[in-house]
Amino acid sequence: MHEILNNLIGNEIITFLIAAALPLVFIVPYVMLAVYLERKVAAHIQDRLGPMRVGWHGSLQLIADFLKLVQKEDIIADNNDKKLFNLAPILTFAGAYAAYAVLPFSSAYIGSGAEVGVFFLVAISSLVVAGILMGGWSSNNKYSLLGAMRSAAQIVSYEIPSVLVILSIVMITGTLSLAEMSDMQTGYFWNWMIFGGAEIGLTKFLLIPFMFIAFIIIYISSLAEVNRTPFDMPEAESELVAGYSTEYSGMKFAMFFLAEYANMFAVSALVTILFFGGYQSPFGYVGNLLGIEWLVPIEQVFWFCTKGILFVVVQIWLRWTLPRVRVDQLMALCWKYLIPYALVNLIIIGIITLI
Amino acid sequence: MAIRTEKMTLNMGPQHPSTHGVLRLELEIEGELVINVKPHIGYLHRCFEKHAEAMTYPQVVPYTDRLDYLASMSNNFGYAVAVEKLLGIEIPERVEYIRVIMNELNRIASHQVALGTYGLDIGAFTPFLYLFRDREYIYDIFEKTCGARLLYNYIWVGGLSHDIHQDFVKDVKAYIKYFRPIMDEVNNLLSYNKIFIERTANIGVLPADVALNYGASGPVLRGSGVKWDLRKNDPYSIYDRFDFDIPVGQGWHGTVGDSWDRYYVRMLEMEQSLRIIEQAIDNIPDGDVQSAIPKRIKPPAGTAYTRVENPKGELGFFIISDGSVNPARIKVRAPSFVNLSLIGEICRGHLVADIIAILGSLDIVLGEIDR
Repeated sequence: MHEILNNLIGNEIITFLIAAALPLVFIVPYVMLAVYLERKVAAHIQDRLGPMRVGWHGSLQLIADFLKLVQKEDIIADNNDKKLFNLAPILTFAGAYAAYAVLPFSSAYIGSGAEVGVFFLVAISSLVVAGILMGGWSSNNKYSLLGAMRSAAQIVSYEIPSVLVILSIVMITGTLSLAEMSDMQTGYFWNWMIFGGAEIGLTKFLLIPFMFIAFIIIYISSLAEVNRTPFDMPEAESELVAGYSTEYSGMKFAMFFLAEYANMFAVSALVTILFFGGYQSPFGYVGNLLGIEWLVPIEQVFWFCTKGILFVVVQIWLRWTLPRVRVDQLMALCWKYLIPYALVNLIIIGIITLI
Repeated sequence: MAIRTEKMTLNMGPQHPSTHGVLRLELEIEGELVINVKPHIGYLHRCFEKHAEAMTYPQVVPYTDRLDYLASMSNNFGYAVAVEKLLGIEIPERVEYIRVIMNELNRIASHQVALGTYGLDIGAFTPFLYLFRDREYIYDIFEKTCGARLLYNYIWVGGLSHDIHQDFVKDVKAYIKYFRPIMDEVNNLLSYNKIFIERTANIGVLPADVALNYGASGPVLRGSGVKWDLRKNDPYSIYDRFDFDIPVGQGWHGTVGDSWDRYYVRMLEMEQSLRIIEQAIDNIPDGDVQSAIPKRIKPPAGTAYTRVENPKGELGFFIISDGSVNPARIKVRAPSFVNLSLIGEICRGHLVADIIAILGSLDIVLGEIDR
C-alpha cells in the first residue's frame, strides 16, 4: 500500500500523512452506520421504531446529532486538571485509531504490513486504558474516578484471556501477521479457523470444538475490553451516571464516543481475522470467476467489513438484551473461569497441533 | 505493610439516573465498598398535609393523587375510605366493585413500573420498555373512563367521578387475556436471567424481624416471608369476597428477603390482581355511582384512621375532624417513607452497584415520601 502511494505521489512525508488518514475514510462512515444500527436495532428489540423523522427512516439522524455535538459548549470545570482533561479523549481516540493501522481490509490494502500485527494490536489497544484513566482522574469527579478505576481493572484483566486465545491461534498459524493469518484461511468457509483451519486431516476435526471454545472466550473478553454490556461497568449509567465521561461535553465527548465505536469494530475485526477468515470470501470470488483481477480486493473489503459489522451487531444485540454484571462478578468471571479455560484450551490446542 | 486508605463521601442524587426521583443518598465508601448510607429527603415537599387543612374534604382528593403518583387510584381509595368512615355512610355495591377493579388495575400498572425500572437499575433496558408499553393499555382504560392518564381524581368520597364506559368490561377482559402471556415473557427475559439473579439474589437481605421492627409493609415485608396483606388481614371495601393468594418471598434463589424475592413477589402479585379483577369484572351490579355522594361533606367531630393496601405497602390516612367542612388535620402514613428508612440497615457492606439494586427493590416514590 505504502509503495503504491509513494510511487504515485513521490514525496515520502505526504505519502505517510495520506496513509495515516486513510482509516478515517472508513471509521467516520462506519461509526455513523454503527450508531444508526445501534439505535435501530435497540428500537426494534424494544418494540418501537427508533429515529424516524430525519431522512428516510431516520437515516440522517446521525448528521443532526453530530452537528448538535459540534455546537455544544466545551465545558471545563474550574478544578479539572486541564492538561490531562484535554489530552484524555485524544489519547483514547489515538489508541483506537492506531489499531486500524494493522487491520488488513483486503490483500491489497493494509495500512502497515507489520510482521507483528497481532502483537501491535494488543499493545496499542491498551492505550485506551490510559486515556480513560486520565479522563476519570482529571475530571475531579467521584463518579468519573470510580468509572476509570473500574475500567482499568477490567481492561487489564480481560487482556489476559484474549491474549491466551490469540496465542493459540498464533501457535497453529505460526505467524503474527494478520494478513498472513487471513491468507491461510483462503478458499471456502470450511477453511476458516473456527472450522479447524485449511489443512484437511485429523487435526482439523480435533481442533473444531476447541476453536469454538476459544472463539467464545475471546468474544466475551472482547466485549469487556470495549466496555460493552454486560460489562459496561466503567460507564454504568444507572450507577455511575456516565462513568469516566461524566464531565465531558461537546467534541471531547464525541471523541470518547468515536473511540468506543472504533474499538468495537477493531475487536470484531480481530475476531474475524482469527476465526472467520478475515477478508476471505466464504464462497470464492466473483472476480476470479469472471477473470477480473481488480475486483477481488474490492470483494475482500466487502467481506471484511460485512463480517466485522456482523459482530458489531451481535454486540449491540447483547447490549439491549442482557443486564449488567457487578464489578466483583466481572473479575470473578475473568480470573476464575475465562483464564483457566483459555489456558487449558491453549495447552490442548498445542498438543493437537503437535500430532 | 498496610495500605493507607481514605474513606470517600459520595453524594448519590438528587440528580442521579437511578434514585427514582429526587432522593439524595449520602454514601460513605471505601473504594467501592459502602460503609454507611444516609438518605436525605425533602426535595419534593409540597406541604400536602398543611394544604389539606385549608380545603374542603372533596377538594383534598386531587391532592392525594400526587402522593404516590404511580398509584393514584389507590390513594384516592384510601382517602375516600377514611372520610367515609368518618361520615359513617354506606357505599353502593356498584361503586365498591368498580373501585376494586380500578385499584387492582392500578396495582398492576404500579408494579409494571417497579419491575421495569428495577431492570433498568440492573442494566437491562428492554424489559422496561416492554412493561411500559403494557402499562399504556391500562392507562388507556383509565383515560377512557375518567379522562386522565396518571392523576385521576376518580374515586370520590361516597362514589366515583364517572361511571364506567360501555366498553369497560370488554377492554379489561381483553387486557387480562393479553397481559398473562407477557408476564412469562418478562420472566424469561429478566427474572430468570442468570446475570439478573446473580445481581439480586442474596443482596440486601431483609430479615423478617427487622422488617417488622421498622414497620415495613407491602411487597417489601412480604418479600421477607411475612404473610401480611391488608386485603386479607384487615379487609376493607369488598376484598373479603374475592379468592386470591398472598405471595411471600421464599428465598427462591438465595436467602429469604433478598432483592430477588422482593422483585418476584411483585411479579406474583400482578397475577393475583388479575385473578381479583377476573372475579369482579362479571359481577358489577347496576346502580348509580354518584347516588351516595353527600351534597355537603361535613363529618361530625372525631377522628378516623384507615389503612389500605397500596402497591407500595400500607397507606394510612389519619383524619381529625372538628365538625367543619375542612379537615382539622390529615396525617398520611406513607409506605415508601417507612420502607426507605430500611436502606441504611440493609445496604451496609455492599458495593456501590448493589445500593442501586437494593433501592430499586424497595420501590420508592418520592412524591409519597416528601408529600
